[in-house]
Parts: sequence; C-alpha cells; structure tokens
Amino acid sequence: MSTTHYAKSHEWIRIEGDIATVGISPYAQQQLGDVVFVELPQPGATLVRGKEAAVVESVKAASEVYAPVSGTVIEANAALADDPSLVNQDAGGSGWFFKLKLSDTAEIGELLNEDDYTALIAELE
Amino acid sequence: MGLIDENLRQTPLYALHRELGAKFVPFAGYDMPVQYPTGVLAEHRHTRSQAGLFDVSHMGQLRLTGADVVGAMESLVPGDIASLGLGRIRYTLLTRPDGGIIDDLMVTRTTAGLGLVVNAATKAGDIAHLEAHLKGRVRIEILEDFALLALQGPAAVRVLERFAPEIVALPFMASRDIRLGGATVQASRCGYTGEDGFELSIPAAAATSVAALLLEQPEVAPIGLGARDSLRLEAGLSLYGHDIDRSTTPIEAGLAWTISKRRRAEGGFPGADIIQRQLAEGTFRRLVGIVPDGKAPAREGTEIWVGDAPVGKITSGGFGPTKGGPIALGYVAAAHSSVGSRVDLLVRGTRHAARIISLPFVPHRYFRA
Repeated sequence: MSTTHYAKSHEWIRIEGDIATVGISPYAQQQLGDVVFVELPQPGATLVRGKEAAVVESVKAASEVYAPVSGTVIEANAALADDPSLVNQDAGGSGWFFKLKLSDTAEIGELLNEDDYTALIAELE
Repeated sequence: MGLIDENLRQTPLYALHRELGAKFVPFAGYDMPVQYPTGVLAEHRHTRSQAGLFDVSHMGQLRLTGADVVGAMESLVPGDIASLGLGRIRYTLLTRPDGGIIDDLMVTRTTAGLGLVVNAATKAGDIAHLEAHLKGRVRIEILEDFALLALQGPAAVRVLERFAPEIVALPFMASRDIRLGGATVQASRCGYTGEDGFELSIPAAAATSVAALLLEQPEVAPIGLGARDSLRLEAGLSLYGHDIDRSTTPIEAGLAWTISKRRRAEGGFPGADIIQRQLAEGTFRRLVGIVPDGKAPAREGTEIWVGDAPVGKITSGGFGPTKGGPIALGYVAAAHSSVGSRVDLLVRGTRHAARIISLPFVPHRYFRA
C-alpha cells in the first residue's frame, strides 16, 4: 500500500519501497491551465531535492517542476510527449512525470501528508 | 488569489468577468481576465470557429479634433492619414526621431476629426507625446467613459447582423455607428486575431448590457488575454513592448507596408531619414516567423544561433493551438532571415532546430467584399 505525499511546491510523490513516482498536484495543473508541453528528465539523471527536475509549459508560460526528493530517474512518462493534456485530465494518475530511485529515504519525513497539503491549498485560495 | 488589488484599475465589465468566473491578472495597471473556466485552448479554438468576445477597455481611446488634425497627425506617424476616407481606419505607428516605435495604433477618420486606439501600457506616454507635439494645433480628448469590446471570429458578422443588418456591408478597416442593445456603438471592422471581426466602442454605462446581450448569442463566448495573445501570435501580429518598441524601427519589424508611396517619398514624420534609408538599403536585422521542429515552445528572450554565432532573439513565443505546435516571432540577422533559413533556438541550454517561415502562421481570414 502506497501513500501519497506532497511538496510545498505542488508536486505529489507516491512511494513504494525505494521507488517514488512524481507528478504535479491537481491544484497545480488547474493553476497552470492547458498544458501543451512537458520536458522530462532522462532516465539515469540524478535529481536533488528542491532543484529543477522538469519543465511544464502551458499556452501562457513555462513553469519549473522541482524534485520533491533526491534520487536517480528510472523512467519518464513517455505518454506525456504525445499527449501533454494528460496532466490536465489526470494529474494524480496517468499524468505522472517520472519515477526515481530514492537516495535518502529520510527525506520522505520532510514532505507534507494529504491533510497538510489540503490545508496549504485552502490558505492559497 | 481571490483578493482584489486596490491599486489596479477595473474596466466597466469587471463585475461581469467575475460573474463569468474569470481568472484575473494585472495587465498595464488593470485587473484583467486572463481566462475563463473553459481555459485558453478552448477559448482560442472557439474564436477561430465561432465568435469570441474580448474586453479591451484598458486600451486608450482618444479623439483628436481641429482644422489641421490630419496634417498634425501625419507629423507624428508614417501612415497615410490624408488619404483616409470618412469612416476608414489606418494601422500606423508613433515614431521617434531615431526611427524607433513609441506605439502602434489604429486611426479612424471620423466626422469630428480622428479617433485613435492606443495600447494600454503606453497610453499615458502617448497622450503626453501628442500633447507635447500637437498642443495648439489639435484638441485631444481622452474618452474615459467608453468601453471597448472586440467581437472576433467567423460568426462575428452573423451575430451583429441580428441587431444591425447594415453591418454586413461594412468593409475591412472601416467603421460606422450601429444601434446595439439600446446604445449607439461605433463598430470598426478590424481586430487582433487574424479573423473577421469588430471592435465596438460603447458608452461605459451601456457596456455590461451590450456584452451580456452578445454573450446570450449561441455563437459567442468570453475570451481572456491568454487566448488574445495566442491568437495574435498565430496571426503574426506584433505586440508592443515585445516584438516592437523604442529600439526597433518599422522596417526592421516588417511594417514597411504601413507606409504609403507618398509618405515614403515625402517623409515629414519623426525618423523619416532613417526609415527612408532602411527602405532603400535594408536593415541589419528583421522580425521573422519561426517554427521549431520539435514540440518545445521557445519563449521570449530565447537566443537564436546559427553555427557558433548568436544571430538573434525571440520576442514572442509560445504554443499555437490552431497551428498545433510551437511558434515564435523574433529578430534575426538579415543574412539568416529569408524564408526557409535554418536556425537553432537555445532553450534551457539545449539547441532546438527551427526554421524561418513566411508570416502569418495561420492564414488571415479578414472580410474582403
């Protein structure tokens, strides 16, 4: 059973063992508007927590997506190249960005749980 | 979010935008709708297939009057104002002595004199410029109590025809008064989308009811600034402050077509000597249309390279929903500006191949009688 965690910068992380799947939150996709392009990290790339990991482009602008935890990319979501609108349609599911192998599981403790993230969004709105 | 910034001005349609669920952004000192709940892509596509209603009341509407108003205007713009028939519209530029562009604007010949529509961000500067140069020659009135709406798209004429059948025969770049929703409205057949359409100057007190009446029509949807930008970019139309500004000349910007034969020969506008020389000899750089080979948009500020040399910069770039991919405008060195030239765009440190194309990206569909 996996749990979903969130970063304050609006990425979600689902962890199974030492593998994390990362996407952007439904709130983030709504703020971005129609997604027209996603630039993903290459498998093998090393990501550092809080540093740029991907770029998501809406009609209006390009936005950075940050690595919520550190690790090595093992897979990027190839479906986003053909249909970036998956991010709008299913941000928490088929619109995932990449999977990585965690380099420091202790970082998970720094993330927000569902309730904390919901409260954060409520403040923003 | 959700908070009202009290330093921002509101257009007469502000309450209507809120009711329609708009998302707002500050733009040129105004709190403006950037998109409605359907989103930029749907709004863009709706305008190309049906009709979109835009609130552009933040733009400056001016009236110039006086016996010498035509000559006075021609002393500040390279456009041919003297040859404008009554009710006809000219797209022209306020130029600087060094040939740079102070603003781009629409000038309409009216019974009273001239009607001007200038950009929102530049209107205060434009008014100061006009007053400094034309004081004593013309009277300048700022039409603060008028809203400006744009109804754009292939169904725009069908919608207006329902209320004012005479609109059908109005030529492109011409203007006339119509009755709409109980108000007298100045309808101008022009726009900023590449589509057939109209700009409607409406007394502010009647603006909301006229907008509501238009939105009741099945073809019409409200459109925000987001789609306004993607529509004008696909149409290859320059945005002031990005594609044209004080550092660019009309010739560099590909706007030589706005200068008539008589005005090229006679000059008599700020920067005429430089502009005439550039017309004769060409320029070092030119504004061109650029299409990246891949899917990554190249935004404003992106460097353009050929081989190991930088040759220019993107001034507007994004995604063209009708084109179905990334598009951009930018200045490149003349040697690399011809249609079909290959260039590289430096996007986040990586080179992306692109080619120079002939503008516009999406064909114009203006009304031709």
